[in-house]
Amino acid sequence: MSLFTDPRWGEALAHLPDYLGNHVRVSLAALALGLIVSLPLAILTRNRPTPRAVLLALASIVQTVPGLALLALFYPLLLLAASVTLAWFGVSFSAFGFLPAVLALALYSMLPVLRNGITGLNGIDPALIEAAKGVGMTARQSLVMIELPLALPVMMAGIRTAAVWVIGTATLSTPIGQTSLGNYIFAGLQTQNWVFVLFGCFASALLALAVDQLLGLIESGLRWRSRVRTALGAAGIAALVVATLVPTMGRSSHSYVVGAKTFAEQYVLSALMRDRLQAAGLSAVARSGLGSSVIFEALKAGDIDLYIDYSGTLWANQLHRTDIKPRAELLAELQTTLAKENITLLGELGFENAYALVIPKKRAEALGIRTIADLAAHASTLSIAGDYEFFSRPEWAALQKAYGLSFRAQRQMQPDFMYAAVASGEVDVIAGYTSDGLIAKYDLVALDDPRHAIPPYDAILLLAPKRAGDERLKTALNPLLGKIDIATMREANLHAAGNDANSSPDAVARWLWEKVGRR
Amino acid sequence: MPSRPMIGYAHVTKSFGSLKAVDDVSLDIAEGEFVAVVGGSGSGKTTLLRLANRLIEADGGTITVEGDDVQSVDPVALRRRIGYVFQSGGLFPHLSVADNIGITPKLLGVPAADIATRVDELLELVQLDRAAHHDRLPDALSGGQRQRVGVARALAARPRIVLMDEPFGALDPLTRDALGDDFRELHRQLGLTTVMITHDMTEAILLADRIAVMRSGKLLAQGTPVELSKSSDDYVLELLRTPRRQVERLNALLPQSGAA
Repeated sequence: MSLFTDPRWGEALAHLPDYLGNHVRVSLAALALGLIVSLPLAILTRNRPTPRAVLLALASIVQTVPGLALLALFYPLLLLAASVTLAWFGVSFSAFGFLPAVLALALYSMLPVLRNGITGLNGIDPALIEAAKGVGMTARQSLVMIELPLALPVMMAGIRTAAVWVIGTATLSTPIGQTSLGNYIFAGLQTQNWVFVLFGCFASALLALAVDQLLGLIESGLRWRSRVRTALGAAGIAALVVATLVPTMGRSSHSYVVGAKTFAEQYVLSALMRDRLQAAGLSAVARSGLGSSVIFEALKAGDIDLYIDYSGTLWANQLHRTDIKPRAELLAELQTTLAKENITLLGELGFENAYALVIPKKRAEALGIRTIADLAAHASTLSIAGDYEFFSRPEWAALQKAYGLSFRAQRQMQPDFMYAAVASGEVDVIAGYTSDGLIAKYDLVALDDPRHAIPPYDAILLLAPKRAGDERLKTALNPLLGKIDIATMREANLHAAGNDANSSPDAVARWLWEKVGRR
Repeated sequence: MPSRPMIGYAHVTKSFGSLKAVDDVSLDIAEGEFVAVVGGSGSGKTTLLRLANRLIEADGGTITVEGDDVQSVDPVALRRRIGYVFQSGGLFPHLSVADNIGITPKLLGVPAADIATRVDELLELVQLDRAAHHDRLPDALSGGQRQRVGVARALAARPRIVLMDEPFGALDPLTRDALGDDFRELHRQLGLTTVMITHDMTEAILLADRIAVMRSGKLLAQGTPVELSKSSDDYVLELLRTPRRQVERLNALLPQSGAA
């Protein structure tokens, strides 16, 4: 199968109206908001050096914040604002998706607009401003009739820069719940679907180029005072807006939103749940690629209706617990605590996605290692690798304490590469994830933890407060509970990690249902 | 001299920081007069002109225009009733010749059709071909044409007073000569009161009824060329000698008759 006949192109294309439409809407809204705020600021501060310097410095600082962090920061900020407005005025709003994305991107667009606006206005020949005064213009008439038209070409250049930045950065709004062309990129990177990654990159690049060229047409029209060019450019932008508004009008607002975090297992499970809801006659959409810290809050606020989390994650991050309890006790306590916030813990899927110490099966047999306790005796001669956070997590401290582990060396690695590294002998042990399909692929083994130092990470299905009494929803999801064992999930994850047409989350979800549906 | 001057400066001062740009100047300009203010760079002559329509505010003294103290009238309304010709035109580069000329009537709320008629009249008055210039942008004009448009713009709202800031300074000698004569004729024909700033004494003598000489912010002398020649001030006399010396040298160098 060649690159061009790959059916995933078709699948990618099918998402285009939704992703592109959302991308254009969020970008243009952000750009418009950025302009509405920045242009008056540029006009107000053009003759005031101190506020001007402060403003430009602030805008520059915003620019140094990585786009992803800026977008992620707006989510908790808006949640806080929403709870304040609820307490004070009795009205709340969604801190999820569109609003935080627009605000963060608008902030991001301010620097070029401000800088070029101020440069353009300050660059006007003072003799012309005096002439405007001399022929009898008021300060406002001078601004509107003379200064702004003369500064417009330079301002447009700034707006062009801002537009390209915003369209590029908007791909990062996927993790805070705003659908964008970034959905291709996030999903593609996590599921090794390079067709999606390429498609997302090309689509956003083309969109940025197209908008840049249209704005460029307006800019040159203004510069050379050609009404035709200006009108053509403006018509192009208007056509783009209209074209992206049309296809998404039909979407029902009553559909269930299934959330997914940013890794392959979550993409597969959200597709599986969406399919189940649709099979039960409920309209459902998957909202994938949500940040780990965003997704729980989104559920609590009702922005998504359901998703899969892991008991140990909620235990540590939401309940802020550092003690470790046996599996059943931890689940029971979690259920009671979540119930206080009206969140339903519907049940476990049947597998765990926990940290585990993983070594090649042959090596384990040769050394006679079956558990972490066995490993401890050899640890001083072995090296260990973990992901970027593992060695600073409570699990690691608990493991070291429980087994007296002391390795010769420890390294941090990109999770995708750890399994190949341990299989090739680059490192001796890795801190992997129990449900990862690569454990089977590389013939590795996850060592037992007889002292229960690692907390349980049962996959659990959570429902939003507003769905607490939704029996149709619960009935539709019931067939999944307790049905997905670790071996099946590993196999599904391995499929999803493949790089072919059968490895898309939708295809793997169908395969998974084939396997577990009859159980 | 009539009892009420068209423009009256009485003990006017203006400083920029420690620099006294205009230092206790008193000068009356009568209705219908053409007065040239002559001086070197930094003499305060341009500042003196801008004080009249409040492009600059005076620190002290009194300025009257048509009898009104300028401090008691709205500066925007004041500027709309005084024509102002800027150095090298000051035309708005994004507006056509017609829009530049019609700007002050537009600000005054004159109907568009009346403005269009007025613009055509003015193009004829400053001897610019309507078809060739009406829709052009200023950048497409020669220096002389630009300055004609500048004059037309200053006259558009039918002012009784025209202030000119070195209007012909940047032009070649032939254009400058023609434009100066044409304006002098307009001044007479329309019954204007004109104040022109120039550093060129020859131009001042040829165009103006009366000349005011400024140096370091002070008004050194004022009067007709003949009156000035009786001045006791060395600088004034030196200024007057220059054109005469030029004429004598030219006479010596050029044949007295025939086309040179």
